[in-house]
Amino acid sequence: MNVQVAALLGQDGLTNGAIYALLSLSILLVFTVTRILLIPLGEFVTFGALTMAAIQTGKPLALEWLLATLMLIDIALDVYSRRDRTVSRKQYQMIALKAAYLAVVLFVTQTFTLSELPMLAQSILTLCLIVPMGPIMYRLFFQPLADAAPLVLLIVSIAVHVAMVGIGLLLFGPEGGHTKPFSNSMLQISNIFIKSQALWVIFSALFLILALFFAFERTLYGKALRAAAVNQVGARLLGISPVFAGKATFALAAFIGCASGILIAPITTLYYDSGFVISLKGFVGAIIGGLASYPIAAFGAVVVGLIEAFSMFWASSYKEIIVFTLIIPFLIWRSMKASHVEDE
Amino acid sequence: MKPRILIILVACVALLAPLVLPSFQITLLNYIGLYALVVLGLVLLTGVGGMTSFGQAAFVGLSAYTTTYLTTTAALPDWLSWTNGSPWFGLVFGLLLTAAIALILGALTLRLSGHYLPLGTIAWGISLYYFFGTMTSMGGHTGVSDIPPLTFFGLILDQGEEMFYVIWVILAAAMFITHNLLSSREGRAIRALKGGQLMAEAMGVNTFRSKMIAFVISALFAALSGWLYAHTQRFINPSPFGLHMGIDYLFMALIGGVSSVWGALLGAGTLTIMKQWLEDLLPLILGSDGQYESIVFGLLIVLLMQRSPSGLWPFLVKLTPSSWRSNNHLTIDDNAKTLDRRDLPARESLLLEAKDVTRRFGGLIANNKMNLSLHAGEILALIGPNGAGKSTMFNQLSAVDTPTEGEIIFRGKSLKGKNARQVAEMGMSRTFQHVKMLPTMSVLENVALGAHMRGQKGVISASLHLEREEEQRLLKEAKLQIERVGLGEYVFEEAGNLALGQQRLLEIARALCSDPCALLLDEPAAGLRFLEKQALAELLVKLRGEGLAILLVEHDMDFVMNLANRIVVMEFGELIAEGLPHEIQTNPAVLEAYLGGVE
Repeated sequence: MNVQVAALLGQDGLTNGAIYALLSLSILLVFTVTRILLIPLGEFVTFGALTMAAIQTGKPLALEWLLATLMLIDIALDVYSRRDRTVSRKQYQMIALKAAYLAVVLFVTQTFTLSELPMLAQSILTLCLIVPMGPIMYRLFFQPLADAAPLVLLIVSIAVHVAMVGIGLLLFGPEGGHTKPFSNSMLQISNIFIKSQALWVIFSALFLILALFFAFERTLYGKALRAAAVNQVGARLLGISPVFAGKATFALAAFIGCASGILIAPITTLYYDSGFVISLKGFVGAIIGGLASYPIAAFGAVVVGLIEAFSMFWASSYKEIIVFTLIIPFLIWRSMKASHVEDE
Repeated sequence: MKPRILIILVACVALLAPLVLPSFQITLLNYIGLYALVVLGLVLLTGVGGMTSFGQAAFVGLSAYTTTYLTTTAALPDWLSWTNGSPWFGLVFGLLLTAAIALILGALTLRLSGHYLPLGTIAWGISLYYFFGTMTSMGGHTGVSDIPPLTFFGLILDQGEEMFYVIWVILAAAMFITHNLLSSREGRAIRALKGGQLMAEAMGVNTFRSKMIAFVISALFAALSGWLYAHTQRFINPSPFGLHMGIDYLFMALIGGVSSVWGALLGAGTLTIMKQWLEDLLPLILGSDGQYESIVFGLLIVLLMQRSPSGLWPFLVKLTPSSWRSNNHLTIDDNAKTLDRRDLPARESLLLEAKDVTRRFGGLIANNKMNLSLHAGEILALIGPNGAGKSTMFNQLSAVDTPTEGEIIFRGKSLKGKNARQVAEMGMSRTFQHVKMLPTMSVLENVALGAHMRGQKGVISASLHLEREEEQRLLKEAKLQIERVGLGEYVFEEAGNLALGQQRLLEIARALCSDPCALLLDEPAAGLRFLEKQALAELLVKLRGEGLAILLVEHDMDFVMNLANRIVVMEFGELIAEGLPHEIQTNPAVLEAYLGGVE
């Protein structure tokens, strides 16, 4: 291995690591606030990437109809659950807002030739299509189970993942998706080439992480979510609704997942079922962070990306094995620290 | 005994099935049997023990690949060549290897709480799956064919109908073993893992060992299934051992009802047949261009979990007549030999002593240089206003917590570095301020958990029910103690149905079952009615008469004053008075602490 190869692998590792870091942060976020291990996070990544790919190749989209169906079910549930009581003005406004959003999205997807839009607009449209599915997913699948045992939540999470993989196949077909890079230029520092797409990914990831940090440290809603993560009952007593906390974290997770998908789509070909392994790598990062620490999780995820890239070079068929056995030392370390008997 | 007739009926149907059913159905039934075997392990691990594993499919694969390697490799290395390609050695090696790996994985993850085990097993399941794919000697992703069939005393079992009997006999044996294990001393310890670990440790149960037992047994069931799979299918590749199968096993367990042995069978059957139907029917309804079955399947699971999180089996049980579901499946032999008791220390000898115990939580000093002593044959009461540090003191005395400074000495030995289980073995037993019991188990079984340390028989004799004599002695002891605290009419009642006061009595019975020489009771009279309090006081006086040392933390002054030999009063983490009840009643410092001083 020479410097060029190392630099190339390092780049790959950092790019993937940056994505894994984003994913492990959202996994942690969802877990601490709702106690749900969000296995379907990977599907937001593949949906994001494949939607972009479909838009760019001019394939007809089907995702907006899925969104429409889900939103209508959501609205119907809102109305149904209020049937006996009076529907307040605020709720009417909320329903009207949702319907209007849906109408706008449908209007855009049906009238414009999407493949001719600038890439930024395509990305925004993709986000607009996918992010609302986060809170709806919480509303439909997890909200009725707010007090369920962790095992039940885990099983539902996996079942949702299974269903979403099926939907992915239905919407995008079995072919892989690949998108145009944001820019094609190469940066050259002495004799090392750096792909500008890699820089795009790394800086966008850094920007998102900083934005998250700022949102959680400085804004009232961010603080509310942190409170819900520390103590749900306490947060509820202070007027932070668990439903709000759940929907908000799922929206954030969907946003991060979809954005990650858009970012890596130019680099990697993703298939309808690629999401699982990607989100599992985010989980490895989250485990390294002890399912509690954000900075360690992000750092762990970057390490996962780097190790993956380098093992691809040395022992490519053992790549996945190496990555997933990586958590063993951390389990040992955690195991040594956990001396007392825990009661759930 | 209706359920037993039902079982015999099912067995007869199973016996005749291969004679009448077409071979496609037999293949399906074989799969159901193979799956049910794995799911049975999950019932023990997840449903009973509360630990979640996605790695069962990997254990299945491990054993399937082991037996395939041994039976198909033309030139085995010298140290294995004596196995001569026999599937039976494949079984032995498969089980041994699986047990070894399960022990290592268990040692890594079982001490960790909640979510590490599922995530750890996901990682291990994926790694092993990819590993199978990289083994070129085993055909990589294409796999190996021509695995020899099982032979049994010259009989070659190469037909699905023949394997049907092998699979279902092994499954029946595994169900029998699991059922036996669950109604034994070791089984009670495993059942206590879900929600009662702290209490189980205080009763002398090594919870880590119990977790390991459940984990290894479930891995061995999976290994059995893998061995059978290899020799039934006679072809393997990595795909049925991947993570998606590990997930399916867990789905089966939850569909069937994760806490019942029969749920395993029901879940495996339901899921296998349902998938078959979905694959056959959905393309007819919706067209064949999409994999609708995984969408429908995923949504059905979500729906089931939202409507009936405990699965289908409890649902079915509710439909049966109530006489079939009696709680009383345990029999108690009143003629069983009573358990041996430990020699109690000499009356009035010093048992438990706190020396200058200080406990800090950050800047807060919960206990400051506390001293107290407890002697055999006395009742010592620890009282004080709320927040005085009584519970902290109690936790340190029972080795749940360790002092920051100073030490606790029990029977001449320092408790430094000892855990609740070791202290229990030394003869200290306790109750909890917030009652800790297993609400779905009967009162008898809850109390028998207290006698855990007094039995020796292990897992193997338990699963074959060779330990019935010892078990009868334990149950008899439990029954005696239940009667002693006055709960005689509730022996077979579900513990969760008792009133709070009765639950406290149950805890005392459980503590007594461990044959202690020192009994630490945390607010035993709270929630008891007047007559119950009187009965409890009588019981405690009688125990004191037998030479037990009793420490009470209590709020009820009448109860304490009439009962205790000595009283220790705490306030703000410090000892403010110590003495006989009537001295305490007139002690100015105590009066000030309780009633407020003159400003």
